[in-house]
Amino acid sequence: MARIMTGAEMVLEALADQGVEHIFGYPGGAVLPIYDELFKQDRVRHILVRHEQGAAHAAEGYARSTGKVGVLLVTSGPGATNAVTGLTDALLDSIPLVCITGQVATHLIGNDAFQECDTVGITRPCTKHNYLVRDVNDLARVLHEAFYVARSGRPGPVVVDIPKDVQFAKGNYVGPSKVVHKTYRPQLKGNPQSIRDAVDLIASAKRPLFYTGGGIINSGPAASQLLRELVRLTGYPITSTLMGLGAYPADDPQWLGMLGMHGTYEANLAMHGCDVMINIGARFDDRITGLLKGFSPGSKKIHVDIDPSSINKVVKVDIPIIGDCAHVLEEMVRLWRARAVQNDKAALKKWLAQIEQWRGRNSLQYKPRRDVIMPQYAIQRLYALTRDKDVYITTEVGQHQMWAAQFFKFHEPNRWMTSGGLGTMGYGLPAAVGVQTAHPNSLVIDIAGEASVLMTMQEMSTAVQHDLPIKIFILNNEYMGMVRQWQELLHGGRYSHSYTHSLPDFVKLAEAYQCVGLRAEKPDELDDLILEMLATPKPVIFDCRVHKLANCFPMIPSGEAHNKMLMDDDFADDDIGYTVSEEGKVMV
Amino acid sequence: MPPMNDRPDIREQHTLAVLTDNEPGVLARVVGLFSGRGYNIDSLTVSEVVHERNLSRMTIVTTGSPMVIEQIRHQLERLVPVHDVTDLTVKGNAIARELALIKVAGKGEKRVEALRLAEAFRAQVVDASTDHFVFELTGRISKVEQFITLMQPLGLVEVARTGIAGIARGAGPM
Repeated sequence: MARIMTGAEMVLEALADQGVEHIFGYPGGAVLPIYDELFKQDRVRHILVRHEQGAAHAAEGYARSTGKVGVLLVTSGPGATNAVTGLTDALLDSIPLVCITGQVATHLIGNDAFQECDTVGITRPCTKHNYLVRDVNDLARVLHEAFYVARSGRPGPVVVDIPKDVQFAKGNYVGPSKVVHKTYRPQLKGNPQSIRDAVDLIASAKRPLFYTGGGIINSGPAASQLLRELVRLTGYPITSTLMGLGAYPADDPQWLGMLGMHGTYEANLAMHGCDVMINIGARFDDRITGLLKGFSPGSKKIHVDIDPSSINKVVKVDIPIIGDCAHVLEEMVRLWRARAVQNDKAALKKWLAQIEQWRGRNSLQYKPRRDVIMPQYAIQRLYALTRDKDVYITTEVGQHQMWAAQFFKFHEPNRWMTSGGLGTMGYGLPAAVGVQTAHPNSLVIDIAGEASVLMTMQEMSTAVQHDLPIKIFILNNEYMGMVRQWQELLHGGRYSHSYTHSLPDFVKLAEAYQCVGLRAEKPDELDDLILEMLATPKPVIFDCRVHKLANCFPMIPSGEAHNKMLMDDDFADDDIGYTVSEEGKVMV
Repeated sequence: MPPMNDRPDIREQHTLAVLTDNEPGVLARVVGLFSGRGYNIDSLTVSEVVHERNLSRMTIVTTGSPMVIEQIRHQLERLVPVHDVTDLTVKGNAIARELALIKVAGKGEKRVEALRLAEAFRAQVVDASTDHFVFELTGRISKVEQFITLMQPLGLVEVARTGIAGIARGAGPM
């Protein structure tokens, strides 16, 4: 039965009907009616952020760590434009978000009114879909559709722009069960013949490799379980993209570590040398493939993806399967068991021995120091001291992010929140706010760089206000380290504006935010200070002063193939001294 | 960066028929997709075709390598208000037609010649005075272009063209 209510009431009703418990937002003139409704109820809890970008990243962290849709509420004009970075981040990493934006009244649209912007125009290329609701009687349907579109198929951000007069107007509310989208029906089950062909190819492989990505995480925990089952049934090695970490346990012998630009030697050489590549939920991103014409040149390729436009976008594959990872994996496991497949054990043994030899290269090794904390060591200690804890990790973007991916070992999905596709510095702190909101009793750590974290540092205030005891673990080298590393590679070591002068005192800054600041300067004090951080029931900023000139290896320089990796032991600290090809220089 | 295993040297022109909801912004979504991803639009036409179901149909002519054409189709299908995308070129021998309005000014021998050619091309005279004609011409692109070329020395003033509308042959729908 339809119920009559105002547009603003409908927003809260729809959120409750969609099972939303937390939203992240910032009020302003064009959303005041919705904020007034928030005030009158206690079903939905609102987390007040300090900048709308923070609301978007917090919603992303919330979504990524729970599998639910993240929700943010912002005002018109600058509220909407500030959210754009987070929306784009969610689009590139396929994170389900619903972003509700206020808009000036319908009769003012197009008049350059105060705090007016063309929100649907601006967000069209950075959302999965967006709506401007001009009639209050469309509002309930649009809100439910927005949740459906955000979480179905390949997830993504959806914007619902609601003019202020529509928030005040009265109309019919309908519940989610009455809303069926006219056209959008993503394909979940893979083509059975393609799956049979894929299983045949997997069974016949002599040098197979599983290559998995964020699609497994998005598909839900069942997909990770099924992946583990299939990988163990086959006995084949597995690597993953940055976004897929945690789907397969990192302490398992079949695990090769992350692949790609800063992936392990064994993962990249296995990718280069495999004869059957089984890509499940990854998209052949340029961080993974390196030079395309040298990418896994001898392999037959299987690609499972829910998004048909990911198939054959950059790499032509032999067996494409459009469908949800969990559905397809379930079918593959079933077929594998039913057929009692006998694969080529002798060939597999030889392949695994070859991989062990590559693993012996120990590509993540670095030169330990006793006088100064190596950033890799800091993450190893952080991992060792949190192993038995219920821990979630977020990161900012740069060297520290890659070191975290290399040295922090993930065993479960949804534990690792990072900005992969867009590479958004400033993601990790607000994302940690979102994760901690969803998991109030868990340990949430943002592994940060000092440059990135300053971009959204104001969200410490949010953490303090809402009693979110996040830990900001800053690997402070006073440089935008990855920028500096590339300047060494490409620009003769001329450190143009990559040194951060005038950094704040992070311990005092923590105190100014009424939380706790800690600083570690020597390796021998690191453990005690990490333990102190873990024992602190409040937000902590941990200023870990690390070796200033450490670089992130291994590395495939831009424009090279997987078998052209640079290693730590090839170079002195501040002299990579390598010449990137002309073709590689234009790549980022 | 051209896709791997693609033949970027092969450039094909394809005509796509796209059925969409007739809602605000849908054209901007399609056009933004082409500009944002660096695809070509050689021609684009759009109009509501099923009033009761609020459906619009676009005919888009685009050029690219085979992998890019496939990608364009998938990217269009991914847009939420898009119901169906058909590659008319793959279906083979589809019908593609265009309408043009052509203004020609002149007197004497040239004027007579323009009218004579218009009759030969089955162009309609839709406006005329003692010193000008406006012709309406429909047909394949090649026919329209040939006619325009012929009008050039006869006092061609300006041309308005609709772009291509396309439909597959045979009894079935798209």
